[in-house]
Amino acid sequence: MSLPQRYDAPDIGLTGWSRWIWRQLTSMKTALILLLLLAAAAVPGSIYPQRSADPNGVAQFFDNNPELAPVLDFFQLFDVYGSIWFSAIYILLFTSLVGCVLPRTKVHYDALRQEPVKTPTTLSRMPAYQKSTTPKGLDPVQVGTQILRGRGYRVIKRGNSISAEKGYMRETGNLVFHLSLVGVLIAVGVGGGYSFSGQRVLAEGDTFVNNLAGFDSLSPGLFFNPETLTPLSVTLDKFEVDYDFTNKTNIGAPLDFRATVTRKTSSEDPGETSVIQVNAPLDEPGASLYLTGHGYAPEITVRDANGDISYSGATIFLPQDNNMTSIGIIKVPDNQPEQIGIVAFFYPTAAELSTGAYTSMFPGIVNPLISMNVYTGDLGLDSGQSLNVYALDTERLTQVAGRDAPTPGIVLELGQTKDLPNGLGTVTFDGIKRFASLDIAHNPGQFWVLLFSLLALAGVIVGLITPRRRVWVKSTASGFEVAALSKREDPRIEEVVRELTQEIKKGSK
Amino acid sequence: MNSVVLNESLSQASLLVIFASMLVFTAAFLVSGWHLSKAASKKVKEVKASSALERVGLSLAVIATLVLAAGVIMRGIAAARVPWSNLYEYSITGALILMMIFLISIRVPEVRILATFVVGFVLLVLGTAVSLFYVEVQSLMPALQSFWLVIHVLVALTATAFFSIAAALSTAYLLKTANWVEKAKTKGVANFKRVMGIFPKKETLEQLAYRFNIVGFILWSFTLIAGAIWAERAWHRYWGWDTKEVWTFIIWTIYAGYLHANATRGWTGKRAVWLGLVGFAAVVFNFTIVNMFFKGLHVYSGL
Repeated sequence: MSLPQRYDAPDIGLTGWSRWIWRQLTSMKTALILLLLLAAAAVPGSIYPQRSADPNGVAQFFDNNPELAPVLDFFQLFDVYGSIWFSAIYILLFTSLVGCVLPRTKVHYDALRQEPVKTPTTLSRMPAYQKSTTPKGLDPVQVGTQILRGRGYRVIKRGNSISAEKGYMRETGNLVFHLSLVGVLIAVGVGGGYSFSGQRVLAEGDTFVNNLAGFDSLSPGLFFNPETLTPLSVTLDKFEVDYDFTNKTNIGAPLDFRATVTRKTSSEDPGETSVIQVNAPLDEPGASLYLTGHGYAPEITVRDANGDISYSGATIFLPQDNNMTSIGIIKVPDNQPEQIGIVAFFYPTAAELSTGAYTSMFPGIVNPLISMNVYTGDLGLDSGQSLNVYALDTERLTQVAGRDAPTPGIVLELGQTKDLPNGLGTVTFDGIKRFASLDIAHNPGQFWVLLFSLLALAGVIVGLITPRRRVWVKSTASGFEVAALSKREDPRIEEVVRELTQEIKKGSK
Repeated sequence: MNSVVLNESLSQASLLVIFASMLVFTAAFLVSGWHLSKAASKKVKEVKASSALERVGLSLAVIATLVLAAGVIMRGIAAARVPWSNLYEYSITGALILMMIFLISIRVPEVRILATFVVGFVLLVLGTAVSLFYVEVQSLMPALQSFWLVIHVLVALTATAFFSIAAALSTAYLLKTANWVEKAKTKGVANFKRVMGIFPKKETLEQLAYRFNIVGFILWSFTLIAGAIWAERAWHRYWGWDTKEVWTFIIWTIYAGYLHANATRGWTGKRAVWLGLVGFAAVVFNFTIVNMFFKGLHVYSGL
């Protein structure tokens, strides 16, 4: 007994399969589905905090949802826009786009050099059609040619008829739009690779120097080379804020922030003064400086038990509310006989609450006050580990002045000096400076991103608004016929035929 | 030293004028609705008489729009700046722009019949604005002191106006072609079907919606680019996936999908119309929920 012979279907093989996959990928339907997928995939990034935009939010999320967070993190939901799945969608989308647009560019290029199509035999079947009698002594084909040429149609005469076409710009615009999007993507990628952005907090009088050490934090692109940082130094001369004092419902609203700076590009440079404002950065070759935040930097001096200055200078106090209640950390490792740490609160316009605590009533300086909690113990600064300058780990320290200590917190008015408890020395509130937070950034790709975006915009406008029409005029035994066809829905097409018929009859251009 | 003078009493007056415009809009809404029911009547006489009602409805809409314009301008003068820098102001200015675009669009006769939809929607927007979004007049925060505030927000609101009219057309399309309407099993639905019968035929509704969405899409693309330029000036980067940026992108992508659907076999007609409405739902979501509840850099609702 023999087995029935097997007839295999012709094997389409790897090439056949890849060709099939490529055809599917470059189809319009796939593009449409990928677009919708991309839109859907972008949503979670607006729901969960993202490491790129809001790293503190991510940390907080982990604290509040210790079980859920690692699961979400596994699916890259805190890095949506750099995630494998988001990238996969847009890479597929752009592959599909290129695969669709390049052949279409070729077709369009050929079409631009071809003559308009042959005149169909039965014009009356066209979506817009009109026939008319010919006035004496008029050649509708010749007059029609003149009129249509005058309107930018490409016209070809074929025996007793003309075939005309216009609106090639529709496809041109379309193609420019899609190819420009590829340009945008490349410019975003390459530009991002060579870009950098960093932050620096400057109190009045401080200077930022544009090198790695000059930044408080820096996020460089993949190909960023620190040696490309241009020689530049920027000194914050003064920082001014205007608050509304006059309008009842608006009191305390900031009206303007101004950072006056002196910039130098070398040590010989005498320097040039300019003003940085929100929305008005300082643009230098290779770096722009943006004003992104501000606050108070009270000047505080600590003298130890021997009367030696153990700490002195303007200290950055981070604002906590709209009225600029601010918290500052002072670490004095060299204080004799003991290291001290201070958690200080600054109230630009202090008022005492019924509880005895202080609050600020206005963000400007009217009645400045500092209250301090003082700690002693090992500050951990000798361990070599880098510690957050804006935080004091009070767990290993002993509070010697403040709510939890036998001595109440220290309260200082401007210019006052008070004793630290236990003979630790004195502390003085010398003055008030302001600080500015600056973002320093450069992206060499952004010009190209803008250029390609504008090109895409121009392309999409032309592509969506230009109608593509074919028009035919044919003289017949009884008169002449006019017909038109449009590639897409075209509300004016019947009007076009009607007008053209009228004008041919008038015999005018 | 900068200072600003806010005119609190003028701002109160502006609110009253906006309430007045809502009264006139309500009248326009009722008359337009009355017109629809008359025009759908079986009696020839009533149908003939209905065209007068249509004219009255539209005239009331014009008056209401002028009153609203006065209210919006007064708010701007009271604040000594453009009247679009918090959610309340976006809403009243957005409603004004929508009405202006609509009243220009009624030169296309088929659009006229949307009056009930559009005026109804404007009433909803204004009602929400005065009840949920209202804030006292305030000075312009430094973050918004930019030429781009004028351009970026104005174009976004105009794009939204075009999307809104397209959404009204799409809604009409879906109501007209819905199975339950076409079958008309009850008397009430049969009446409703007659009302939908006086709307333009479904192909016209679909094509008109497409054209309004095209203009909306172009303006939205511009909004996105202008926003990116401003973001670079203000935040050092042109794009940072801020929640508002994300939603602008989502909306743009959905409408891009809608445009593709209109050129894809099997997706034209009902599916494309639905997709357009999904895009509009995203616009509304972005305007309300994202503005009020999502964390991000665009914290300008004022609430």
